[in-house]
Amino acid sequence: MAQAAHTLKSPKPAAHGVKRYTGLMDWITTVDHKKIAILYLWAGGFFFGIGGIEALLIRWQLIKPMNDFVDAQTFNELITMHGTTMIFLGVMPIIFALMNAVIPLQIGARDVAFPFLNALGFWTFLFGGLLLNLSWLMGGAPDAGWTSYTPLSGAAYSGTHGVDFYTIGLQIAGLGTLIGGINFLATIITMRAPGMSFMRLPMFAWTTFITSAIILFAFPAITVGLVLLTFDRILGANFFVPGGGGSPVLWQHIFWIFGHPEVYILILPAFGMISEVIPTFARKRLFGYSSMVFATILIAFLGFMVWAHHMFTTGLGPVANALFAVSTMLIAVPTGIKIFNWLFTLWGGSVRFTTPNLFASGFIPTFTMGGVTGVMLASAPADFQFHDTYFVVAHFHYVIVGGLVLGLFAGLHYWWPKMFGRMLSETLGKWTFWTFIIGFHLTFFVQHFLGLMGMQRRVFTYLPNQHFDTLNLVSTIGAGLMGLGMLFFLANVWITSRRPPDAGSDPWEDGRTLEWSIPSPPPEYNFKQTPLVRGLDALWKEKAAGNKGMMPAEPIGRIHMPSATPLPFLMSAGIFIAGLGFMFSRDDFASRLVGFLFNNYIVTGLGLLIAFGAMLMRSLYDDHGWHIEPEELEGR
Amino acid sequence: MTTTHAEPVHGGLPHEPEKATAEGRNKVLAFWLFLGGEAVLFGTLFATFLALRGQTNEGPSANELFHLPLVAAATFLLLVSSLTSVFAIQAMHRNRPKLLRNWLLVTVALGACFLGLEIYEFSEYVRHEEFGMTTSAFSSAFYTLVGFHGAHVAFGIVWISLLIGQLAYKGLTVVTAPKIYVSAMYWHFIDVVWVFIFTVVYLLGKVG
Repeated sequence: MAQAAHTLKSPKPAAHGVKRYTGLMDWITTVDHKKIAILYLWAGGFFFGIGGIEALLIRWQLIKPMNDFVDAQTFNELITMHGTTMIFLGVMPIIFALMNAVIPLQIGARDVAFPFLNALGFWTFLFGGLLLNLSWLMGGAPDAGWTSYTPLSGAAYSGTHGVDFYTIGLQIAGLGTLIGGINFLATIITMRAPGMSFMRLPMFAWTTFITSAIILFAFPAITVGLVLLTFDRILGANFFVPGGGGSPVLWQHIFWIFGHPEVYILILPAFGMISEVIPTFARKRLFGYSSMVFATILIAFLGFMVWAHHMFTTGLGPVANALFAVSTMLIAVPTGIKIFNWLFTLWGGSVRFTTPNLFASGFIPTFTMGGVTGVMLASAPADFQFHDTYFVVAHFHYVIVGGLVLGLFAGLHYWWPKMFGRMLSETLGKWTFWTFIIGFHLTFFVQHFLGLMGMQRRVFTYLPNQHFDTLNLVSTIGAGLMGLGMLFFLANVWITSRRPPDAGSDPWEDGRTLEWSIPSPPPEYNFKQTPLVRGLDALWKEKAAGNKGMMPAEPIGRIHMPSATPLPFLMSAGIFIAGLGFMFSRDDFASRLVGFLFNNYIVTGLGLLIAFGAMLMRSLYDDHGWHIEPEELEGR
Repeated sequence: MTTTHAEPVHGGLPHEPEKATAEGRNKVLAFWLFLGGEAVLFGTLFATFLALRGQTNEGPSANELFHLPLVAAATFLLLVSSLTSVFAIQAMHRNRPKLLRNWLLVTVALGACFLGLEIYEFSEYVRHEEFGMTTSAFSSAFYTLVGFHGAHVAFGIVWISLLIGQLAYKGLTVVTAPKIYVSAMYWHFIDVVWVFIFTVVYLLGKVG
């Protein structure tokens, strides 16, 4: 099956015998990591917007005591969907967007190890997220909290399909995350440019590597947990049903064995982004690079043995509580190392406070505050007071919003010119920063005190004259300000997109890593010649030596590219249909035909047929890809 | 840039055809990683089973239910199939596609026999012992753990059968070799999982 197309010498890409799509089909079929990054960004941004609107509705309900803006049932659905959407469908995809946009460039690769799987991971995430959010239109959203504790989430107490949307939607979205994790592990292990040893990897590549390892070992646990809960609810199994001999505490263990590593999946990439932004704008190499690497590894390792600190009040006993308290406090050590390293990087640098660096500098004290309340919560006896109060809500928003979201803003402003070829407006960026961070502290700082004063989380309203009124009002005003900050950011994106491309290859002028050595946005093949890496901060090293750019590690030659394909989209659509079919397989339908199709698993079977059929096509028809010829690279 | 042409290497295959191309090496590496995730998946299922195996809810217990001779026969079949998949990979390394195909056929046949025994076992429990998914927490955990493994075996049978078909019309190339190699890795993995199921579910069920 030698490819005739390969031997054709023609400067036009169309002559390579491979179908190139345009318009919408281009986006559906793309396997280019840079385009997949943009897909992740828009889809993640869309869900982030939904989660943000849910947050504003929650805050509006709590603006005054005994408010009746929404009822208790709707409030439960809002808090469940806010947490679930933000974590799984909002921030994780935006993390994946930046990983996709940056990691292959940073390690000097032309693509990820598995471009096809990369697309598949995106589409399964998107279809899972759509399934979960369809619940709003199809009989009510999940309402058992983002942790979905049993027996509340079991069939006995959650009779609607809400929790089914949660279990099956997250299952499908989780599959995409797992695929993405394996892909980035393989990419960083095998696709590094010559000279790019592990201890020369940029910090963001390191944290992506470690994060992917955590995904690989944490997500299968929630996969099993969701399967068990699905079986309980749909097949009548007894895993978490006490009447049948099941154990509700088992769900808590499985959920948090996944759930705690999940918070490190969220925060470690933010650590990586901060570690790229700060050295660039301090114009100094990252202080304590190797200690940063080992701190990251240590955090990931410890992250797997602290899950029961979410369960101090479950009644595991003093020995278990003490052990988990100590292991939790240990995490403060590597995290503290990181905080000091960032401070020492800034110290003595010639610092420029651009928008990315404002976000990065704002991140350090904000995240530290979240870390300090984390150590407070790690103390098991004190946790009996804090548990399920607004103190906990304040803590995790400080680490997730004050940590991760500020990190994402830093990363987005920093790499936006590399992704889109246009610099975001600095003026609007600074407006975004100040409104967002002031709004953030206004919203969540007061919640510490609300919690200490006894306000429970997840209550849909509260009585007047408990000293809750003013602080809740302040918190709601802050949430509005954060929303305003988001609007500034969206305005910035919109205005920037109307301007002609203006970003050169190194638009911040102090870029240190390989992505700043190639045009913005990079060509389809990233590197015309694979670069030779001669040290940490590869580009900076060449600049310091007076060289114009990277030294190539190979002569100019033909570049092999993977073909675009609609199969990942079809496969994910099939899984989506199968999930929907399975969810409604035990329902009564008004129409006999629809009932026949669902109750006999015909819809499920059809979905699986599409998914496995697409898999079969992928296996049977080899993708030989296509080549870009040297003449094209030279622009002839 | 590494070339990724699919045509057979003239003058025979390289010694380890599964690792001859960058794609092949990536595939093998990623499959090891995937198996790491699978290990966590089965680990969680085992932990669930161990936590719930005493909760029989007045239904049949493990000791009443299991017949070791049947399970021992199934174990024997699956362990031998793992051995035959090693023979298949050895044939692949010696570039003998016909022998490779034959050993893969034996592997698939043994896997199918194993699966047949498992289906027979499950149907006996459901029909004669009134032991179904909903009977107790123990039954749910049993069917889910052993059923997950069974589903993996079924997937492996279909997968390897399709690869036998591909081998017939694509031949043994540096594209098909990594596919066969990772399917053998998968087959060994589900074999190892079965060793744990045999010990933790069946043997422990008889004595515990």
